[in-house]
Amino acid sequence: MGRKVVLLFLFTLLSVLSLFAPSLSGFQSDELLVDDDEVGQPQSHSQQSSSVTKSDQTVTPSPTPRRKFSDSDSDSKIQFTLEHAFGDSDFSPAGTFSARLKTSAHGGQTLTKLRFSRNAFTDAEKESFKSLVEGDDFYKIRLPSNVLSPPGKDFVVTSVKARCISRETLDEHFVIHTEGVNILGVNYGAPAPCSYPRPAKLPSKWLFNSYTILKNTEQAPRTPLFIQDVLKTGEEGEGEVVAPPERSFWAKYWMYVIPLGLIVMNAVTQAMNMPEEQAPGQPGGGAPAAPGAVQRAPSSAARRR
Amino acid sequence: MGTMLRVFLLLLSLLSITAPAFSLYEDQVGLADWHQKYIGKVKDAVFHTQKTGRKRVVVSTEENVIASLDLRHGEIFWRHVLGPNDAIDGIDIAMGKYVITLSSEGSILRAWNLPDGQMVWEAFLQGPHSSKSSLLVPASLKVDKDNVILAFGKGCLHAVSGIHGEILWKKDLEAESFEIQHMIQTSGSDLIHLVGFVGSSQFDSYTIDAKSGELLKHDSAAIPGGYSGQASLVSSSTLVVMDSAGSTVTTISFQDGKVTFSQTPVSTLIEDFVGKAKLLALKLEGVFAVKTGTHTTFVRVTVEGKLEVVDKINHATAVSDVLEISENRQAFAFVHRRSNGIDLTVKLGADWNHDLLKESIKMDQERGSVQKVYINNYIRTDRSHGFRALIVMEDHSLLLVQQGAVVWSREDALASVIDVKTSELPVEKKGVSVAKVEESLFEWLQGHVLKLKGTLMLASPDDMAAIQSLRLKASGKSKMTRDHNGFRKLLIVLTKAGKVFALHTGDGRIVWSRLLNSLRQSETCENPTGLNLFPWHVPHHHALDENPSALVVSRCGPSDDALGLLSFVDTYTGKELSSSSLDHSVVQVIPLPFMDSTEQRLHLLIDASGQAHLYPKTSDALGVFRPELTNVYWYSVEAETGIIKGYALKEKASDDYSFDTRGIWSIVFPSESEKIIKTSTRKLNEVVHTQAKVVADQDAMFKYISKNLLFVATVAPKASGDIGSSTPEESWLIVYLIDTITGRILHRMTHHGAQGPVEAVVSENWVIYHYFNLRAHKYEMSVIEIYDQSRADNKDVWKLILGKHNLTSPVSSYSRPEIMTRSQSYFFTHSVKSIAVTSTAKGITSKQLLIGTVGDQVLALDKRFLDPRRSVNPTQAEKEEGIIPLTDSLPIIPQSYITHALKVEGLRGIETVPAKLESTTLIFAYGVDLFFTRFAPSRTYDSLTEDFSYALLLLTIVALVAAIFITWILSEKKELRDKWR
Repeated sequence: MGRKVVLLFLFTLLSVLSLFAPSLSGFQSDELLVDDDEVGQPQSHSQQSSSVTKSDQTVTPSPTPRRKFSDSDSDSKIQFTLEHAFGDSDFSPAGTFSARLKTSAHGGQTLTKLRFSRNAFTDAEKESFKSLVEGDDFYKIRLPSNVLSPPGKDFVVTSVKARCISRETLDEHFVIHTEGVNILGVNYGAPAPCSYPRPAKLPSKWLFNSYTILKNTEQAPRTPLFIQDVLKTGEEGEGEVVAPPERSFWAKYWMYVIPLGLIVMNAVTQAMNMPEEQAPGQPGGGAPAAPGAVQRAPSSAARRR
Repeated sequence: MGTMLRVFLLLLSLLSITAPAFSLYEDQVGLADWHQKYIGKVKDAVFHTQKTGRKRVVVSTEENVIASLDLRHGEIFWRHVLGPNDAIDGIDIAMGKYVITLSSEGSILRAWNLPDGQMVWEAFLQGPHSSKSSLLVPASLKVDKDNVILAFGKGCLHAVSGIHGEILWKKDLEAESFEIQHMIQTSGSDLIHLVGFVGSSQFDSYTIDAKSGELLKHDSAAIPGGYSGQASLVSSSTLVVMDSAGSTVTTISFQDGKVTFSQTPVSTLIEDFVGKAKLLALKLEGVFAVKTGTHTTFVRVTVEGKLEVVDKINHATAVSDVLEISENRQAFAFVHRRSNGIDLTVKLGADWNHDLLKESIKMDQERGSVQKVYINNYIRTDRSHGFRALIVMEDHSLLLVQQGAVVWSREDALASVIDVKTSELPVEKKGVSVAKVEESLFEWLQGHVLKLKGTLMLASPDDMAAIQSLRLKASGKSKMTRDHNGFRKLLIVLTKAGKVFALHTGDGRIVWSRLLNSLRQSETCENPTGLNLFPWHVPHHHALDENPSALVVSRCGPSDDALGLLSFVDTYTGKELSSSSLDHSVVQVIPLPFMDSTEQRLHLLIDASGQAHLYPKTSDALGVFRPELTNVYWYSVEAETGIIKGYALKEKASDDYSFDTRGIWSIVFPSESEKIIKTSTRKLNEVVHTQAKVVADQDAMFKYISKNLLFVATVAPKASGDIGSSTPEESWLIVYLIDTITGRILHRMTHHGAQGPVEAVVSENWVIYHYFNLRAHKYEMSVIEIYDQSRADNKDVWKLILGKHNLTSPVSSYSRPEIMTRSQSYFFTHSVKSIAVTSTAKGITSKQLLIGTVGDQVLALDKRFLDPRRSVNPTQAEKEEGIIPLTDSLPIIPQSYITHALKVEGLRGIETVPAKLESTTLIFAYGVDLFFTRFAPSRTYDSLTEDFSYALLLLTIVALVAAIFITWILSEKKELRDKWR
């Protein structure tokens, strides 16, 4: 018994822990790191930028060491710019995404291996961001809708309340929905919950913690086409149908047993009354019946009340 | 004792027999439901000719209905609703027994049997390009003893056999943009003249031999002054045309191959003429009519070609076609509107000064102006000519006028419902005793005794009839007060005609109707169209002494940037409380969940430039709205460009009640691979009872319930056409679930080899959509259920005990959603016109889908059939939970058609309204017809049915009590006897 409790406790602990781990079913690409010398940055002070790698397993984001990636596939490497705006201001560059463009056999192109380098806020931007936090206003970002010929049809814009991403550091989470070389939309926000009312709090460190995920479309589950299956299981299934799960006698026949029991009880009580009544002598009215019949009193209608 | 047991058993067995049935019994039809048949605004009407009896009129309408109406009562003898893309261009009667219709821009010619409306034949007319169409049924033209019907359409003239619909000959006119104006048969010959125009400046006339289809002659000439599209045929060789400026009348004479023109400025005919003149379509020998402003002028064309004014009428007038009443005697009628009625005048064509008939008919203002009139004559008892007129009014109603009175009228605006809302009925006032309204106790008892007889099968046919009529009248279902079950309501209906109706849900009668002044054509507003209805003022605090009102939003024209109109209507009386024309357009109306101190609901109107305007424009409303300003978001779907944008309001207002807006997110669909074909959202007033769903293994799943969920379906541009126009490889359907506050794409899923049309419904935490699977060649329905993972750890009991759960924390769209979706697809036999879902007062009752099928019926389908957790072999626990074993297609149970044997022709929408009784939902389906019923998705578990026999219950109790007494007395007696012995 005691061992069971311990096991149960361990299991609960495990399940609680596993609940903390983010489960992202549609996760397709891994995350990026900013590397200023590799990616040509328009801004020189991108030195301060920080980036974080995230993967399925890690519970807390941990900074990844810089990595150099090979230049062998540089022909299929593309870059596109993230632009941001503070409230209603104009958009300005805020970072660069770089990704590999994989061309599949039948000509379709998909983006993989997304990397992101975030520019740190300049002092002017910090000021604008502070005013956003004070006014609970929107911090806006945008991406081109086509990565090959930006901006494509239009920019993909999304916004978040500045207070949401302003934590200890600036925490942001991108989910980029792509279709080939097109970007449909970006889910942008803080990785942590941001419930109303939002506290006005400035980050203690002006560092970005960026998580990025590339998401492609999911396949819809196919309509069950199991005509053959049904036929097969039908043949096999007959045997199973013959043996339904065993139920107790009581569960099956209680509805017959109870009335029967009632009748029997009724009869017994009558039978018990009967001998007393018979004892004083032969009844007069309905008594011409044979004594044999009298013996079987319960079945005799004449004797019934 | 034994008797008691037996009676008890009898009662038990009785109860088990009367277990509620899902479908209706035959005698329950019409108790809770009603069905009304309409035809729509009449476009053309043909009276039956002498031979076919004179009791009927055949009409074609703008709802693409062809119907035969009874002239005595206005009832529909037969009716056919052609498809939505099959507009009727021409209608006529051929050979005295067939109704001929030309539809779909002159490409389908059909013959219907006159008495019963059976289709006799159908001919498909092909042609190289689309053009105007025209139908001519010559009275005396015969080819090989066969009557010929001439139909012009798609640039070709077709001669079709009247008996079996065969195409006898076809003549391609080979003129690219020839727009036919008239097809004329010169009397006594076999020649057919086609006259028409090419572009706006060239007049063409063709002469064709009707027997062989040979083109005999083709004349063409340029019209001086151009052509405005209005022409009137004055004689078989003269046409009068209005020029493009609307200031000059051109008479074209095309006799003997010569085309001659003569121009007359309108100002010489009509003094003090300014503006634009219009020609009225009138087929009167030698006379045409010019409409200038509100005046109508009749002008005669003399034999020499001179024009002279015959008459001038200073009212808006409708003029009928010419009716041949006897040899060379032609009559026509015109009707004009007075303040409190209409004047009908019938004149002989030749003799202008003499009126054959002049009648004034009283009529209220609610019908608006006269739009069309058709006349028919009959022989009176004194052998003189009598006339009856069929009149189409501005509110789309149809009237038959005879002997100075309206014989019957039809409210055919109800065939074109735009929007429906419900309004509660007045509260029963104190002082009016209920007993007075209800029948007396004796009658009540009598009714129940009758019902009991019916139940025990003792009733005679007379009794049965009495029972049925009692049931129909039952329990004051058509009373004008609220009932405690919430079954009695007013359906407020906005129609295309600009008329608002209030229908009683009890019996479907029109409580009031109002042609809104703001929705009538006027100088400032050429073409007003109604958009939406909203509940504006729903009093709760002063429910006894204040009437609720509704807001009607409309705009002056079909385009988005037309100026908006608002009008406010009292929903009890139908009075138009006020109306205002706005100085901005209306693209979107957002009913806000706020009320001002007078309980008026706040609405935000978005105009084409993206500005938001707050209504009502009071400082009180502004005070309520200002604190919530930052929490108001909305979105727009631009289907043409494939962009969905989200907006928020700016703090600073541009004026007091207008707010600037700014875009905060956008989703851009690549135009080469996706095209938006359907968007759908949850109903704003939907109630969700349980946030969690307990699944079989004692586990709970939290529903992701967001009011801001948008379902979007896109298809490949190639596959956006009809089914079959693309291969499975090049077509796909992508569905999205989008949060409309932040623009997050919550879920995206591709169905390969699928295409539209898509119908979808969003409710609670699920979406169900219907589409076509090209690979399987079948229609499919899919379900997506969305569950919230971020709250999943609330299942931990310890957290609940220690209060560390997040169940009470506010939900914000800015938190990253952790959702999980489940999805499954099934085949479905029918194509679908509309999908809705039942809604109940508290959302406890399980849901049923209401599917408007292609057969114009409404099918109820249990949501349990569309549950992603269905599997082929559900476990015992799952079975107990009610999970149905997975099948590849959804069942269609004939008993679950809630429209039972009826059809809601031209079904366009299904509206569900919760009743106060939790088990019941009210369903209103509309199209050309209207249908209303009460529906209990999980049966009426919270009340006894209306036809529950109280008398039987009473009788049973009385019998039981009597049995107890009798057996008691008997046993007492017996005991006494035994003791004495």
